[in-house]
Amino acid sequence: MNEVFARGPSLFVRLVIILVLSIGAMMVDTKVANFATARTYLNSLVSPLQYIANLPGAMLSWSADRFSSRQTLLKNNEKLTNQVTLMSEQLQRFRILEQENKNLRKLLDAPVRDSMHKMITELMAVDTSPYSHQIVINKGALDGVFLSQSVLDDSGIVGQISEVGTTNSRVLLISDVTHAIPVRIERNNVRFIAVGDGSLDSLQLQHVPHSADIEEGDVLVSSGLGEVFPEGYPVGTITKIIRNESRPFAEVTATPFAKLDRIKYLLLLWPQVTAPAGAIAPVTILSDAIEPADPEEKQ
Amino acid sequence: MKLNQTLIPASIIVAFILQIMPMPASIDVYRPDWLLLILCYWTMALPNRVGVGATAICGVVLDVLYGTSLGVHSFAMVIPVYLVAANYQRFRNYSVVQQAIMIFILSMLYHMLVYWLQYWLTGVQFRFEFLWPVITSVFLWPWLFWFLRRYRRLLQVT
Repeated sequence: MNEVFARGPSLFVRLVIILVLSIGAMMVDTKVANFATARTYLNSLVSPLQYIANLPGAMLSWSADRFSSRQTLLKNNEKLTNQVTLMSEQLQRFRILEQENKNLRKLLDAPVRDSMHKMITELMAVDTSPYSHQIVINKGALDGVFLSQSVLDDSGIVGQISEVGTTNSRVLLISDVTHAIPVRIERNNVRFIAVGDGSLDSLQLQHVPHSADIEEGDVLVSSGLGEVFPEGYPVGTITKIIRNESRPFAEVTATPFAKLDRIKYLLLLWPQVTAPAGAIAPVTILSDAIEPADPEEKQ
Repeated sequence: MKLNQTLIPASIIVAFILQIMPMPASIDVYRPDWLLLILCYWTMALPNRVGVGATAICGVVLDVLYGTSLGVHSFAMVIPVYLVAANYQRFRNYSVVQQAIMIFILSMLYHMLVYWLQYWLTGVQFRFEFLWPVITSVFLWPWLFWFLRRYRRLLQVT
């Protein structure tokens, strides 16, 4: 107990040293771009903690899987079968449209848009800090994940990869205050930038003139500008427009399509050229879903 | 491996896990400051073992786990822990209720510091939801204090 007296610098000096070091670390972390690689190593170091913290939830869902009744399984099965049937019908039409679109684009000499390779990933942890919206997923550099890769769920864009670890990586959600995504209105192709505002169910459109042709209920899709997000994926829908002429811009709020508060399974997207071996190619999924290939495709 | 040497690191690791364990969004806003409370307890009970140095390291680990800029949580946690370390004898003589009031102030200070630093770095908007953990921490303190003191005495941690 007597060690507490007269050993090393005094308490106050230690405090000051640590505060100065902390501020230095903050500066380095935010201003020095190359520091991201160091963070990758740090992330890999602490990932065992994340795996342990994830265990209770994983065990709960595992036991829920084990003990779910026959009745629920049958009901789920029926629901999913119905869904697959409906979706594959849509897919049949979609394939023809895609082919048609490709042909038209060729006629116009416009570059043909490649479909994306995908990989399904699972949520590992949610950041509990209220100041930032980030999640951790269970795919990392070993699976070919790269920085600022797009992440989707079944209804829209979720965010982009902000840090890559060896076996897991961190996703910055579109609702984070530091995140902005270029979007356009599906109806008339007017372009905006949607910025997160720190709440999970709203985005703000920036610098919208009062005269802009924008209505409540308009659908926002990613515009592909900025070359982070691929073009044409749904982002959100406009829910509120305040046109106060005394302010320089209209105040426009949108609600993201992705269910950011109940994420479980996510999709990672790769452009065709850089896709890793484990990714699902866009064509295989189509031929899996529809057994008899339609005659248009054969030609 | 002696039990009385592993209690402090074990409790800190458990605090980390409790701090990052995924929770439904509706409960998540009430998550108490496990790490800050456990560090405050050990600083008060055994200032020769846990102090500002250990807190700074824990803060950096928490930053990596949370994905915040390195140094935010170490900066914000070191100041409350310093206050405890400087007044540990006074703290020990307080009743549990008085200690809980002190925890209210310390936890509030911690959250305001994290908010200020985050505001400075990223420009977040303040919401009163950010302060719910202060309330839950106050109610958690008496239980945590009782639990940790019991095991500290049982295992004779010095």
